[in-house]
Amino acid sequence: MAEADDGVNSEATSKALAAQDDHSAPVPAVAVVRADRIANPGFPPERLRVTDLDPKKEKQAERTIGALFFLSVVGSVLAVAAYVLFPIDELDPSTIRLNNMFLGVGITLGLLGVGIGAVHWSKALMHGHELVEQRHPTRGSDESREKAVEVFREANAESGFTRRNLVRNSLIGAVIAAPIPAIVLFRDLAPSEDPIALLKHTMWEAGTRLARDPSGTPIKASEVTIGSVFHVIPEGLAELEYHRLEEKAKAAVLLMRLPVNELNVSEDRASWSYDGIVAYSKICTHVGCPVALYEQQTHHLLCPCHQSSFDVANEAKVIFGPAARPLPQLPISVDDEGYLIATSDFNEPVGPSFWERAL
Amino acid sequence: MATTSPASARRVGRRHPMATTALLVVGLLATGGAYALATTTATAETRAASAQLVDDGGKLFAANCASCHGMNAEGTAAGPTLIGAGALAVDFQVGTGRMPMAGSGPQAEIKPVQFNQEQIDAMAAWVADLAPGPAVPSARFIAGDGDAANGAELFRINCAMCHNVAGAGGALTEGKWAPGLAGVDPVHVYGAMVTGPQNMPVFSDLNLTPEEKNDIITYLRYVEENPSVGGWDLGSLGPVSEGLFIWIFGLGALIGVTIWLTAKSN
Repeated sequence: MAEADDGVNSEATSKALAAQDDHSAPVPAVAVVRADRIANPGFPPERLRVTDLDPKKEKQAERTIGALFFLSVVGSVLAVAAYVLFPIDELDPSTIRLNNMFLGVGITLGLLGVGIGAVHWSKALMHGHELVEQRHPTRGSDESREKAVEVFREANAESGFTRRNLVRNSLIGAVIAAPIPAIVLFRDLAPSEDPIALLKHTMWEAGTRLARDPSGTPIKASEVTIGSVFHVIPEGLAELEYHRLEEKAKAAVLLMRLPVNELNVSEDRASWSYDGIVAYSKICTHVGCPVALYEQQTHHLLCPCHQSSFDVANEAKVIFGPAARPLPQLPISVDDEGYLIATSDFNEPVGPSFWERAL
Repeated sequence: MATTSPASARRVGRRHPMATTALLVVGLLATGGAYALATTTATAETRAASAQLVDDGGKLFAANCASCHGMNAEGTAAGPTLIGAGALAVDFQVGTGRMPMAGSGPQAEIKPVQFNQEQIDAMAAWVADLAPGPAVPSARFIAGDGDAANGAELFRINCAMCHNVAGAGGALTEGKWAPGLAGVDPVHVYGAMVTGPQNMPVFSDLNLTPEEKNDIITYLRYVEENPSVGGWDLGSLGPVSEGLFIWIFGLGALIGVTIWLTAKSN
């Protein structure tokens, strides 16, 4: 069945096929008869390679290929030798570098030697004739089609798939039920609480002290000198047992002190800063990178990911870049011991936009 | 062995039991008094020397700095006041060659240092004499013998966003940049943290304690002295230099191999 339409034709056949004008016959659907069709020019005359013409070159190519395969063997041996000779010393991280480098060089030689050698072999020594392989038709022969149907029929008769209803239906039921545990388990990876509410609130609340990252020690207002920048987490975050990083990712704050005359405060935010000390969310409103490149003199905050710039002197207004909103400001005050505290949570969700965000 | 017990020694000895104590008291008084005398004279000398130093510093300041900072360091339109800047700020700015400034621009450039250490100390003494300000730290806070791991964590939180996690430096806005930290004298690293030069924020001792600053200096020294575990670090610039390398050489090699695979042999 297959031999008639199966692949490799000799060069003669392909030339005959090219000569035979199998496309010129009018096809019923296309009524245009092409009379000026350009004849298939066939292959250009074969160009012989130096290895075909010169036996000396052929010998040389053979030696090159042999050398490449030998190099591959050397590389593989080298890799094993390097593994033994350059062991990783746990106390000296620089030994990893030597180990990796020589192991890598050995394995690279081992693999590339085989690959380059094989390609060079096929290009330089194996026969170089050009030929055409016709694609065989997709439809199988009548004989093989009938045979396939017969196989199915026989299998059905032997297993009784259409006859034994109980077995068949219970099998279908079992197959449907099998993925249900996976659906339930993966569904449960989603936050158990309302994810939108989670995005709208952080760990900050009225009275939470501002603390240093990473030690978690609270910060006194008197410690924040002009020009200072503190990387801040809510007090208690460093001691959290669960979801510490999730909470930090939302609650991270940058605390800065500007000369009071350089800070422009709008009326409704008059009570949000303390003596030139302001606190802004460190999470960029573009895609949530930590914004922390603070320039003391210009009061600009730069996001390193996409170069959004915020003007801290003007309530973190966006002055450049793709961010759409100012950084949310954390309202702060001072408690009776002199420590900086938040007077509430952020008044808007921190970080980038999401579908249900009101703004 | 012929060991005499302490009791019998006291009985047969000619000295009074209190003799040792008396001798000890006399000795202590003598050395303490002599030391006090010696140190008093020493302090007087230092004071005289530092008055001379301040005087020299004032002259150097008037000749080299006053055109921008004002004759009494009160500041002009061209330069800020230095009253309260402290000795450490002078040591940093002049000691790294940033001052005297080559020209006004987004950021003072690092030039070859214009003064020797004595002259820098003199100017620092003069500026420190104007008003109290940050002083040069004691040697133990810049020794670089602290906890490198703690220093690394503090560096990642407070410094790495501008100076790069390996201290390779990085770009800021409008032509400003955070300089690389390799090869910087520890006292200048310390000085930059305390004084917040130019656009760098201040990290006072109330934010990062002197011990924590020493940890950061230890980390920077560790990074400088230990080779990168990952191999060739390409300037430690991260995705910029690594991306450029792989786009040019990695993709270039792939294109070369593709062309070779499909080309007919000679």
